[in-house]
Amino acid sequence: MRTLKFLLQKEFLQIFRNKAMLPIIFVLPIVQLVVLTFAADFELKNITYVVYDADKSQTSERLMNQFAASPFFKFKGAMANFNDGMSALDENQATLFIRIPPRFEHDLAKEKSAQIMLDVNSIDGQAATLSFSYASGIINSFSSEIRQEWNGLPEQLTMPIQVEKRYWFNPEMAYKNLMVPGILALLVTMIGLFLSAMNVVREKEIGTIEQINVTPISKVHFLIGKLLPFWVIAMFEMAFGLTIGYLIFNIPVNGSLILLFSYVSIYMLVVLGMGLWISGFADTQQQAMFLAWFVTVIFILMSGLFTPIENMPDWAQKLTYVNPVAYLIKVLRSVLLKGSTFAQMQWEFVKISLFAVTMLILAVRGYRKRN
Amino acid sequence: MLKPAEHTITAKNLTKTFGDFTAVDAITFEVKKGEIFGFLGANGAGKTTAIKMLCGLSSPSSGEANIAGFDIYKQPEDIKKNIGYMSQHFSLYGDLTVEENIRFYAGIYGLKSTEIKERSVALIKELGLENYAKRFVAELPLGWKQKLAFSIAIIHNPKIVFLDEPTSGVDPITRRQFWGMIYSAAAKGITVFVTTHYLDEAEYCDRVSIMVDGEMRDLDTPTALRTKYNLPTMNDVFLHMAVRSKRSE
Repeated sequence: MRTLKFLLQKEFLQIFRNKAMLPIIFVLPIVQLVVLTFAADFELKNITYVVYDADKSQTSERLMNQFAASPFFKFKGAMANFNDGMSALDENQATLFIRIPPRFEHDLAKEKSAQIMLDVNSIDGQAATLSFSYASGIINSFSSEIRQEWNGLPEQLTMPIQVEKRYWFNPEMAYKNLMVPGILALLVTMIGLFLSAMNVVREKEIGTIEQINVTPISKVHFLIGKLLPFWVIAMFEMAFGLTIGYLIFNIPVNGSLILLFSYVSIYMLVVLGMGLWISGFADTQQQAMFLAWFVTVIFILMSGLFTPIENMPDWAQKLTYVNPVAYLIKVLRSVLLKGSTFAQMQWEFVKISLFAVTMLILAVRGYRKRN
Repeated sequence: MLKPAEHTITAKNLTKTFGDFTAVDAITFEVKKGEIFGFLGANGAGKTTAIKMLCGLSSPSSGEANIAGFDIYKQPEDIKKNIGYMSQHFSLYGDLTVEENIRFYAGIYGLKSTEIKERSVALIKELGLENYAKRFVAELPLGWKQKLAFSIAIIHNPKIVFLDEPTSGVDPITRRQFWGMIYSAAAKGITVFVTTHYLDEAEYCDRVSIMVDGEMRDLDTPTALRTKYNLPTMNDVFLHMAVRSKRSE
């Protein structure tokens, strides 16, 4: 145990003396959390659109007013003809081109139906789908409004089934409530993985590890000495990030923080164990860096943060079973937003603990005092 | 089996191969207690590989060795308690101060807190580093670093200390001082196993072995070797033997 004391003392001295380390620990997370949360907003606002209204009737104007009133759309101009509208799409002046044909009002009144053409720039498929569905929403509600007015029928008759939506656990559909826990998960994972993977390899590079390896220090002591400081830093990071999320983004904290931190404390063993494992077979910091990046990118893209896991193909969903980041994001969201209890989360604890044990065993086996 | 009572290091046919390259080829030798044992060889002769096997940093491909009474295969951790090692590359922590490096190594070798303090003070005084105790080791001149590294390698009073080219790149005055430190360590009963390619230093050793192409070509006192080959200095002896090396192009 005394050996451990000296190891920890040394590690902490070195970490806090490293001038590049403090900004990594304190500044990067704030920047990342704040910038990413604001940036990674999948709600589409300000969808730019242009209109070619060939009808110029009262009805078409009414419809256009609906678009103008919507917070999701931003009017970019009335087009004189069809070609102008298409070139507005070509030149990226607008994402959406709305065409109202001549006789729109007339058809609607006479034939009881009329057509509108929507052209959407679909380079970003996800954005296009959203733009289209927002626009359809406006048009549909306008259409039922019109029908009601002209037929004088009560709404129930025109729309026999009415859908009432209630968004549970995130009633305002606030994207940041979903993003902050996710980004926090990425942050602690990246910091933990990189710091631990690079640290031991650095000792290999300068050659100090050789001096350690001729001492009677045990592998387990050495690895605890490396793991514990980064564990403390990661836990601090988590608390720090959560505070920022709470203060700046007002993310809800509906569950128990003790539960949350207990989970993170086990989760960090997985990440740090993985970092130490990587440092076992990497000989240079460059190799360690590439390996850590490789793992991180896969973890992040398959974590369910940017694309819901449910949307992935079957084989990819199975892969996420071995992605600890996916588990952490799930638990953070459940505890923070749903207020999940330990009883509901116990399987998550079992899974992550098994993961931690596996990674730590790999780390200990991967570190060789003698080669 | 060899008697570990008289000999603190015994090696028998110790071999290390990397693929089809034999870095160390069946070396057999003994080192007596309290001896200063010189391990000579040109660059690439296999000195560092041999020393790494003896220290437990590298597994031998075949052969036997017993260090300070412990078997190299079965008791590597017991060996580590009883040896000190100073590698070719400077391996103290440059971002820790002189004091912190001493405390760290003394600590992991299991010295008591009071002992650590006493040794630290004594050692800093011995090395004349009083004004540098709180300076980062990276800031010290090379010669001082090497002397500090040696002192730290023997801070736990090991039975044997392995020094791998401890004086390379150091000025002649510091080299002389360094050998003064080696002598006083040997006087305290520490066996010194030292590799060097400064042939004047070979004269300071009790016995020297000469490695060429991974093999141990000869082993005796410097005087006996000079007489045997009828050459005036160890430098001549070494050149006479190493000139037949296949590895030096």
